[in-house]
Amino acid sequence: MWRVSRTNYTRYGVIALFVIAIAAMPLVTDSRYYLTIGNFIGIYAIVAMGLALLIGYAGQVSMAQAAFFGIGAYTSAVLTTKLGFNPWLALVLGPLLAASIAGIIGIPLLKLEGHVLAVATLALSIVIYTLFVQLWPITGGYDGIGEIPRLAIGGFVFKSDFSYYYLIWAFVLIIFVLSSNIINSRVGRALRSIHRFFGGSETAAESLGVSPTKYKVQVFMLSAAWASIAGSLYAHWITFINPEPFGIFISILMLIIVTIGGMGSLWGAIIGSCVIIISGELFRELVPRLIPGASGEMEMIAYGLILILILLFMPRGLVSAPALFKGWAAKITGRARRPETAS
Amino acid sequence: MTVQNTITTHGKGEAMPSGSHILEVKEAYKAFGGLLAVNKVSFDINPGEIVAVIGPNGSGKTTLFNLIGGFLPLSRGEIWFEGRNLKGRAPHRIASLGIARTFQLLQLFTNMSIVENVMVGRHLRSKAGMLDTAFRLPHTRAEERNIFEAAMSKLAMVGLRKEEAFNPPLSLPYGKQKLLEIARALATEPKLLLMDEPAGGISTHEIEELAQLIYLIRDSGITVLLVEHRMELAMGVADRVIVLNFGEKIAEGTPAEVQTNEQVIAAYLGEEF
Repeated sequence: MWRVSRTNYTRYGVIALFVIAIAAMPLVTDSRYYLTIGNFIGIYAIVAMGLALLIGYAGQVSMAQAAFFGIGAYTSAVLTTKLGFNPWLALVLGPLLAASIAGIIGIPLLKLEGHVLAVATLALSIVIYTLFVQLWPITGGYDGIGEIPRLAIGGFVFKSDFSYYYLIWAFVLIIFVLSSNIINSRVGRALRSIHRFFGGSETAAESLGVSPTKYKVQVFMLSAAWASIAGSLYAHWITFINPEPFGIFISILMLIIVTIGGMGSLWGAIIGSCVIIISGELFRELVPRLIPGASGEMEMIAYGLILILILLFMPRGLVSAPALFKGWAAKITGRARRPETAS
Repeated sequence: MTVQNTITTHGKGEAMPSGSHILEVKEAYKAFGGLLAVNKVSFDINPGEIVAVIGPNGSGKTTLFNLIGGFLPLSRGEIWFEGRNLKGRAPHRIASLGIARTFQLLQLFTNMSIVENVMVGRHLRSKAGMLDTAFRLPHTRAEERNIFEAAMSKLAMVGLRKEEAFNPPLSLPYGKQKLLEIARALATEPKLLLMDEPAGGISTHEIEELAQLIYLIRDSGITVLLVEHRMELAMGVADRVIVLNFGEKIAEGTPAEVQTNEQVIAAYLGEEF
């Protein structure tokens, strides 16, 4: 966080390694199962990056990220299946709609102190979910919308999970770069300056001409736009949607992802998304084997356990692990060395 | 008797305050419940002046600053800046008119480097929005470079070393943290700089340097209004001194005039000038 316009080669190195690892994964295994998991991690990571910016830079919590995710998915589904829009156009219109809704509820609310946004977005989340169910002439109700067209570039149609894997992770990379550009800029500094829990000072920021409300609203709108893009990608990948994945539980899951990854960190959003999805799958596999007859949503236990452990031992999330380990290592080696120097 | 340094107004109507003052505080009241923190305080500041507001602890100095900056609403009265009534304007709007400030209890951004703190001060002097910065277009990059260079020059102006620019602000000793706040406020290129106890907690030697910096700021065309508890700075540097006690203005005049004022001596009984 301390650097400004200093080239950081370690940072680029880590990014390059990460890109190579992500790109190589489908070449190592051709299991559809792993590709599906990879695609879900990418989609959730996009939503989580928006939420990480909102929590980490504006100090606000949103409970409506799954609703914005759904707005993207439904905008894409409705516009392409019912009105014959080009899927790429729908993918652009979704974020505009989601950001507008975020702006409309954000402008009056973010002038107020405290966690009003959390409460209001909880309500918004329920309203939007209900609309997905009840506006059945448009949304198809519980039956949802099927036969959503695939995304295509020129003659190339993204059909397989394999091709969607690369498409989704290309979007993860784009969103990551755009978000980190914002953070390391005038707007990012304005956002950090108003963040009272992470060392900002709203009073000082205002005295320098920064409008806290303006930037809180903007980052909320951005988080809605990112979630909506993820929703569009989801709709065109699965080609069928119903209201189920856009309920409040997924919004809570996004909060868990950001919390365990590290609030305010884009890496944290990606890491958190990996950990949550993989551990959820592991638990679903393992628990019924260990406890015969156990079924249902065993991944919930995993999420709960991970969240508690992270909050206890790494309150700044998994991204703080390297620094934490360094500290521990220094302690251990320090203890080990002291007797030697004494002798 | 109150020492009044009366400044002739230019005979304009009551409704429109005269344009010769940069700041006009007119019968400002601020009540917190039953406590009158600022009680019918009036004064004017001329462009290019250094004015000190002094008074014992709890005399309403910081409250007065918060009223000018828009951080607290006036209970009654008016504050005009360059012919504009500040009533109802949010602090960031007042900042955009050209009023910057420093804080008695430091309000540095500890989640940024030293130079980034000053770069936030360039906010009003730059434009890039969220989309510009997301796509980092050439004009945005150029602006970012200008922000950085302007910030570095403000650091140099207050005497902070450029080798330290990328360190966290809390790595600086206290006196330099105060200078950093001044650099950050100066980065907004204000017309009026409000300094809340700039000499609080710093050494006598540093006060000497601070006085030189205040002259430098004034000479660069910025009007300075400072609140000060420590007399050596206020009396040494100010062209004019306003004395508050229990929220009321009890005296106003040159440092020499104020020091011989009986009410002021009574208010500061036991303290040496």
